[in-house]
Amino acid sequence: MNRACLAALLSHWIRNPLQLFAFLAGLALATGLWSGVQAINAEARASYDAAAATLGDGQFDQIVPATGDAISQEDFVTLRRAGWLVSPVLEGQINGVRILGFDPLSSPIGFGVSEETQTGDLSAFLNGDQLFANAETAGRFQTGIRVVINPAVASGIAVGEIGMVQRLLNRSYLSRLFVQPDQPLQRPALADIAPHLRLKAASQTADVGELTDSFHLNLTAFGLLSFAVGIFIVYSTIGLAFEQRRGMVRTLRALGISLPRLITLMFIEVLLLALVGACLGIFLGYIVAAMLLPDVAVTLRGLYGADVAGTLQFRASWWGSGMAIAILGSLAAAAAKLWQIASMPILASAQPRAWAMRSGRARGVQAILAATSLLSAAGLAWFGTGLMAGFALLGCFLIGAALTVPLLMHPFLAFAAGAARTPVARWFWADTRQQLPGLGLALMALMLAISANVGVSTMVSSFRMTFVAFLDQRLAPELYVEVANAAQANAIETQLPDSGIVVLPLLAVDAQIAKQPTRLFGVRVGPTYRENWVFLDAEPDAWDRVSAGTAAVANEQLARRASLWVGDSVALGEELTVTLAAIVADYGNPRGQLVVGEALFRRLHPEVAPRQFGLRTDDPASLRNTLVSDLGLADSAITDQSALKAISLQVFDRTFTVTAALNVLTLIVAGFAMLMSLLTLADLRVPQLAPVWALGITRLKLGQLELLRTGVFAVMVCIIALPVGLGMAWVLLAIINVEAFGWRLPMFLFPGEYFRLFLLSLLAAIAAASWPSVRLMRLPPARLLKVFANER
Amino acid sequence: MKDLDPVLIFSGVSKSFASADGLVQVLRGVDLAISPGETVALTGESGSGKSTLLHIAGALDTADQGTVHLAGHNLAGMSDAKRAAVRRHDAAVIFQQFNLIPSLSVADNIAFQARIAGRADEALITDLADRLGLSDQLRKYPEALSGGQQQRVAIARAIAARPRLLLADEPTGNLDEATAAEVLDELLALVADTGAALLLVTHSPAIAARMGRRLHLSKGRLV
Amino acid sequence: MNVKVFAFLIFWPLSALAQGFAGLGTDADGFATPQPQPEFNFPADHGPHPDYRIEWWYLTANLKAADGTAYGLQWTLFRTALSPGEADGWASPQVWFAHAAVTTPDAHFATERFARGGIGTAGVQADPFHAWIDEWAMTGPDLNTLNLTAQGANFGYDMTLEAKGPLVFHGQEGFSVKSGEGQASYYYSQPFYRIAGTLELPSGPVEVTGSAWLDREWSSQPLSENQSGWDWFSLSFDSGDKLMGFQLNQRDGTHYSASTWVDADGGATAYPDGAFTAEPISQTRVAGRDVPTEWQVRLPDRDLDVRISAMNTQAWMPLSIPYWEGPVTVNGSHKGVGYLEMTGYE
Repeated sequence: MNRACLAALLSHWIRNPLQLFAFLAGLALATGLWSGVQAINAEARASYDAAAATLGDGQFDQIVPATGDAISQEDFVTLRRAGWLVSPVLEGQINGVRILGFDPLSSPIGFGVSEETQTGDLSAFLNGDQLFANAETAGRFQTGIRVVINPAVASGIAVGEIGMVQRLLNRSYLSRLFVQPDQPLQRPALADIAPHLRLKAASQTADVGELTDSFHLNLTAFGLLSFAVGIFIVYSTIGLAFEQRRGMVRTLRALGISLPRLITLMFIEVLLLALVGACLGIFLGYIVAAMLLPDVAVTLRGLYGADVAGTLQFRASWWGSGMAIAILGSLAAAAAKLWQIASMPILASAQPRAWAMRSGRARGVQAILAATSLLSAAGLAWFGTGLMAGFALLGCFLIGAALTVPLLMHPFLAFAAGAARTPVARWFWADTRQQLPGLGLALMALMLAISANVGVSTMVSSFRMTFVAFLDQRLAPELYVEVANAAQANAIETQLPDSGIVVLPLLAVDAQIAKQPTRLFGVRVGPTYRENWVFLDAEPDAWDRVSAGTAAVANEQLARRASLWVGDSVALGEELTVTLAAIVADYGNPRGQLVVGEALFRRLHPEVAPRQFGLRTDDPASLRNTLVSDLGLADSAITDQSALKAISLQVFDRTFTVTAALNVLTLIVAGFAMLMSLLTLADLRVPQLAPVWALGITRLKLGQLELLRTGVFAVMVCIIALPVGLGMAWVLLAIINVEAFGWRLPMFLFPGEYFRLFLLSLLAAIAAASWPSVRLMRLPPARLLKVFANER
Repeated sequence: MKDLDPVLIFSGVSKSFASADGLVQVLRGVDLAISPGETVALTGESGSGKSTLLHIAGALDTADQGTVHLAGHNLAGMSDAKRAAVRRHDAAVIFQQFNLIPSLSVADNIAFQARIAGRADEALITDLADRLGLSDQLRKYPEALSGGQQQRVAIARAIAARPRLLLADEPTGNLDEATAAEVLDELLALVADTGAALLLVTHSPAIAARMGRRLHLSKGRLV
Repeated sequence: MNVKVFAFLIFWPLSALAQGFAGLGTDADGFATPQPQPEFNFPADHGPHPDYRIEWWYLTANLKAADGTAYGLQWTLFRTALSPGEADGWASPQVWFAHAAVTTPDAHFATERFARGGIGTAGVQADPFHAWIDEWAMTGPDLNTLNLTAQGANFGYDMTLEAKGPLVFHGQEGFSVKSGEGQASYYYSQPFYRIAGTLELPSGPVEVTGSAWLDREWSSQPLSENQSGWDWFSLSFDSGDKLMGFQLNQRDGTHYSASTWVDADGGATAYPDGAFTAEPISQTRVAGRDVPTEWQVRLPDRDLDVRISAMNTQAWMPLSIPYWEGPVTVNGSHKGVGYLEMTGYE
């Protein structure tokens, strides 16, 4: 019995392939985008975790030099023999790959490679003739040491025995020390035995995860938006299918299938379809993720220095969540309909009702919801702090705005109906208003998609405009060089100025300033800085005072985080305080920076020698030759401005490639939702249209009116979407960006782009409406007649 | 239970509905017994409660008062699931609107009730399709069939399940006169062959005249 | 530290085990092997022998506080070599690890340390004597006068030791055979220490005094292929006499035993396989396995028939290499205290 009955239920989908397609495609799109985004996030998180496991970041306190980047091996031995259970780490770079040296015997994390591999390889590891890296990283560098492929090593990192890494990097010192979590009873204070070292709590080392949180949240938000739109398609398809099967339900019950059994079978039916849709979606998600992941990886590396593997793994964490959300979403979409069937008396009319018309009371509830959401958004904008509050604000704002769509349209359509002169126009407007409840969700989805497009394109374009200007300012020197040793630095400082080249040493050291981890720079103030740096806010003689050593320039990130602004004092040492003379925009950099004059810097950190120089010249090519042939610099140590700019721009373009791709997909999903709604309504509307047709309006005319109606809806949606999109852009730029990155972007408007977008949306809506309209135009008169014949 | 015991017994069955004008008593103490092989016509004015009686007989609806025995089962106080089982096994309804399953082929529609009753008999189904002239239509879907053909499918579906009681609610009401006559002939011939009892609701005196017994429902009582 | 990592360090490469007694002074990996009739050179031989695969400085002590409460203490420094010889810095093939423990009647504290040789975090120097790993140390002008420290996260100790008798050499003048196939080690002891100092316990410091026993042993192939562990006893009798006895447990259920009787004045008599017997009397559930914590020990030649009972049956060392080690009391034909070590029960 169950088989025959389930077969009867499923036969509906086979006889109505369009509905089946809408269900599966809607669910697949929803699940695909969601799980694709989750796959990317999972991959990135796995990479962070691998990096944290390899580097010990976030797990263990670390001892780092108070200044500079070296700890002597004697310090390590001294600490151990004083009772400090610490383990040495040496870190360097070869061909852009981070090389990490560990001592597995004292390390709290073994040697950064997964446990399974440890036992067998330990003697080889201690012998110091192997490096361990994952396959991707292994292909990126050459050292002469055998590289053992181990997928557990984080991307971009190779690990090995510390003595071997010292030889490889030609160093005798260490970079930092892990502090074991369990320490013995007694040990002297760090300040007493090694005052030049500093203890860094584990919580301060977990940078990458926090920094990238906003990026992943961003992706998740898009995934969720797409999922919501996709589930809407599923919901409307299920609605249609169930409405159409009211008669079948009655027949099945009349033939002797009890209600609980029928409900159970329909539940199983939805479950089966959801499974199929979810599998398709996960497959789609894999494709989406695999295509986007390389861009995401580049973005994360460029923006945050976070290394993410460029290859995708099939992880239960994301396909499981995709499967779960797809099935739960489908069941939730079906629940209301199953409930309706459960409460439908066996002898109820089998006539499919026209789409459940919402009463005025339902509109009232919606208005209250919309007002609540918008008020919450306003409250969050005013009182909220933190990134999550920013996203919550965005969420509330978008939900509130979406809910207002039918509410705003309703009075307008009522007015239009009242103002219409001809009977056909009157009917048109009244009928349009009647479609509103049925199309409401699709219209909301379209509005969200358009406003997301407006918002994100505003943000991207604003960002790019600002960023290009910023690059021109900050990358003024024609060449940047990185020296290998003091001799090269000396040669650059002494020899190049003779040939008219302006040498701008870049002195830098990591420091804690205003309780923020900050990179402190010492610069040689000159025309390059005076002419090219554009401040967000500054006192008039800022550079003079920086040059004199009484003032400093902070980047916006530091200023915002430390709640400092122009005129405030900043302590640089125990007895040294400077005034903040200017705030500079520093886009795309997650870290705080403080710039002081060269002289002051050298006084503060006499041990730090300049490793990087900016060089101003009219002839970069010949200077490059001089540097390589006369001063012995490696060609790879010289970067020219245009190359650097190109790389930077590329990084940012890739960042937004990801967002833009998701945006387009969202618009496609929304268009599809529109199409499905119209198709759904088209069948249900035959009985409504039949009388109009009978009264003498041709099918052609009816079809045209349908098209026109969709156009009217689309235009109204666009009108609402513009302010919503701009509001979204404002939230992104002025709130989320500040919370996530520490800097605020100026907002530029791009009317041309919006107009183009509106045309596209209109086109999408009309395209979505054209098929249902054509179907209506070609509707056999017999079907319209049947409406009357079927009436009892 | 012996085969000659009545397949349907109503004793003192009453039924009322709430309506805008208050409670409307549709059936007032109806007594009725139908034996196997018997064909009974039920006539009455519109709204006289014919359909209600039919629905109660078919275990689709319940009586407010009185008892109903269908194929030996006392329907009073039966759970929904039990009544569904009785519908499945012992009664079959032929509706005026045919109520075929639009997404199943004619063949599957004919076999459907027999299948859910667990007694699908392919030979019987083939035979039925033959006798009803549906053999060429088996692969088609209901929407492609004429009204007469659809009703023949509904009749085949009902007979194929081998019920003890056939209930028909204006089975030819949607058909033209000629087709209606053909369909009725076929129905009666099949009923005679299977030995099932038939309770047929109709407006038409001519159709009623074809039945072995005629009952008239007036103001909620059988006359 | 990861347990699996250390399983490797301690349980030697199978090739070395399978090889058994090479007999030519070196084994296939180039390590030196102990030879009969050794001639020790002190104080140099108190220091490390990097050409041998494994070596230890193993001190146990039976202690008493003023209130009569008995305590036990262990301090062990192990050296193991990945390859023979020594080199500077991280290139050194020597790996050091150490265990420290304090046993009270109702608690047992244990901890361990690891260090690479060559960089200065661990090592042993013979003259003046200095053995250390991190902040733990056994140090003094010579082996007769020592200061001993160690600590973990919840216990520690600081003791002074003074030797009241001579060194004792086991087996044939310090050549101690460990199996019927001839596996052997160099093995001598200083069992005559008087010890005093402070135990740092979670309940507070405790002043204690007592006697201590230092074992020095080095080898390259201490166990035969068919041996799974050992039970080792160091007993100090009230008479002043002492007994070191061990039996190596063989996979076929038989034992290989050896023992040394030490007179109160330091005179030593070594007994061959079979003279010394130890029979488990009762077992205790310790950290999930059954471990014999009461033994009947006999050495008929000395009319010795004693019952050995663990002071605290739960003296399990839950370290990278897990084993049982704790103080015992001696009753029967002789009375006294001692230490019991049992391996191969994991």
